[in-house]
Amino acid sequence: MTTVTTTPEAAPAHRRAEQRPSLARLTAVELRKLVDTRAGRWLLITIGLVSAVIVTLQLVYAPDDEQTFANFFTPSLVPVGFLLPVLGILSITSEWSQRTALTTFALVPRRERVIAAKLVAVVLAALASVLTSLAVAAVGTLVSSATGGAGSWQFDRMLLVHAAVFQVATALIGAGFGLLLLHSPLAIVVYLVLPIVWSVLGELVRPLHRVAGWLDTNLTMEPLFTAEVTAGQWRRLAVSLLVWLVVPLVAGLVRTLRREVT
Amino acid sequence: MIAVHQLTKRYGRHTAVEDVSFHCEPGTVTGFLGPNGAGKSTTMRMICGLTPPTAGTATVDGRPYRQLPNPGRTVGVLLDASAQHAGRTGREALAVAAATMGVDRRLVGELLDRVGLGPTAARRRVRAYSLGMRQRLGLAHALLGDPRVLILDEPANGLDPEGIFWMRGLLRDFADRGGTVLLSSHLLREVEAVADRLVVIGGGRIVAQGGKDELLAGDGAVVRAREDAALRAALHRAGLTVSEGSEGLLVGADTEAVGQVALAAGVALTELRPAGGGLEQLFLTLTATAPDPVVPATTTVEPTGEVVR
Repeated sequence: MTTVTTTPEAAPAHRRAEQRPSLARLTAVELRKLVDTRAGRWLLITIGLVSAVIVTLQLVYAPDDEQTFANFFTPSLVPVGFLLPVLGILSITSEWSQRTALTTFALVPRRERVIAAKLVAVVLAALASVLTSLAVAAVGTLVSSATGGAGSWQFDRMLLVHAAVFQVATALIGAGFGLLLLHSPLAIVVYLVLPIVWSVLGELVRPLHRVAGWLDTNLTMEPLFTAEVTAGQWRRLAVSLLVWLVVPLVAGLVRTLRREVT
Repeated sequence: MIAVHQLTKRYGRHTAVEDVSFHCEPGTVTGFLGPNGAGKSTTMRMICGLTPPTAGTATVDGRPYRQLPNPGRTVGVLLDASAQHAGRTGREALAVAAATMGVDRRLVGELLDRVGLGPTAARRRVRAYSLGMRQRLGLAHALLGDPRVLILDEPANGLDPEGIFWMRGLLRDFADRGGTVLLSSHLLREVEAVADRLVVIGGGRIVAQGGKDELLAGDGAVVRAREDAALRAALHRAGLTVSEGSEGLLVGADTEAVGQVALAAGVALTELRPAGGGLEQLFLTLTATAPDPVVPATTTVEPTGEVVR
């Protein structure tokens, strides 16, 4: 006969209360937050629609022999890459503009865990957008082969890897700007205007011309649209991402951790 | 329980909260009283780890808030009813919180019912909610993790009289079952009915704290006599505390005790009455000297913009 009696109901409930939410659970919550508002849902739908529109336009206007899987896939990356940073920005800044940071950080006071979950969610969204582009391109290729286009499935796998790097990088650059500025309109405007200013300056000011080759993400990311990226191109990309992605992310993280939540 | 120890918050030269200490015990409701801008919200945000204090510490359930592994399961927090995403439905706002805390989703519906947000209201977006509905949603949010402690900042704001009555019952019941409640208000009447203890803050400092009954009793008496010095001496001999008031001597005893002393000493009194409304008087003084004009309760959300340090 045992003398030890425990309360099986109470103990696990208490233990669960003592357990901090796992990063996986927080990421699931952040993914949910990306889609549970009208604004977020439409942003994602727009990203999907943009790919579809690009492919449709190509089906109508591109010469038959250029209607290949690879040619459907690559062009859709640019407009999507334009919208993903906005998703990255809003996932961070909406907490502040909608003042939900107060409830979010009251539930998870280790703010770096919330930020980490948000970054993972944004990366997953970026990867999902690449899958969407692939799927839409596949539909385009099928239609094309049925309507007399080339319909070639030839596709270098590296193109897919590069596309994923491109989309993840752009989404994270947006998140970094969001973290640093913590203000939706400001972050979006700065994100869109800065590279333009930079490109113009790089063209106009001679001494900047060489630097731009290393820092202007418009230039350093271009090779990612091809199947081959040289070591030198990777280096330039890494340097530009250090400046536009890593620095804002780290500075923004420090700012977010210290900021008073009101 | 909540333990606040010498919390201080300075913004540059401005001191928002200075050397604030108090305890909230299980089974009690503590009313945190003070005019708008007195430092109530700042103190509560510091307790919840949202505002870093300049000095001092605060613990909930024996631990600093930031070290609670899953705070929502220990302490329910409602600091601002409007701090919900306007584009989410009430149900979704709770579902997100439930997912974060790892609470059964079925609780969401139960709690929405419990706070009086029916299925129709729950499906509407928070944008369309009145302040009273947001307060109810905020309360549901605070109760979702089945916590032992509640920290509520001006929860009665925007509630109609019936809602306020309902909330009092809910908080009283929560405390009677062993919970700890800290709720703030800028209206004495609002917390009087439910609080066991009061902590009164003005200009960032605690000006009074203690049991509600003893604070509201306005213990002490005001007494006057022609032979002022003789009366004072007699009161001192009787071991009572005496201080000079504007309308006579303030004595730390009830009128009966003071009358007995005066009779025994053979001093004829010209006036003897309870000091009365001590807290109320104190509160009015605080309100009158508050830096910000006091806004009527029905219209307010405390001004909170994007304040960057």
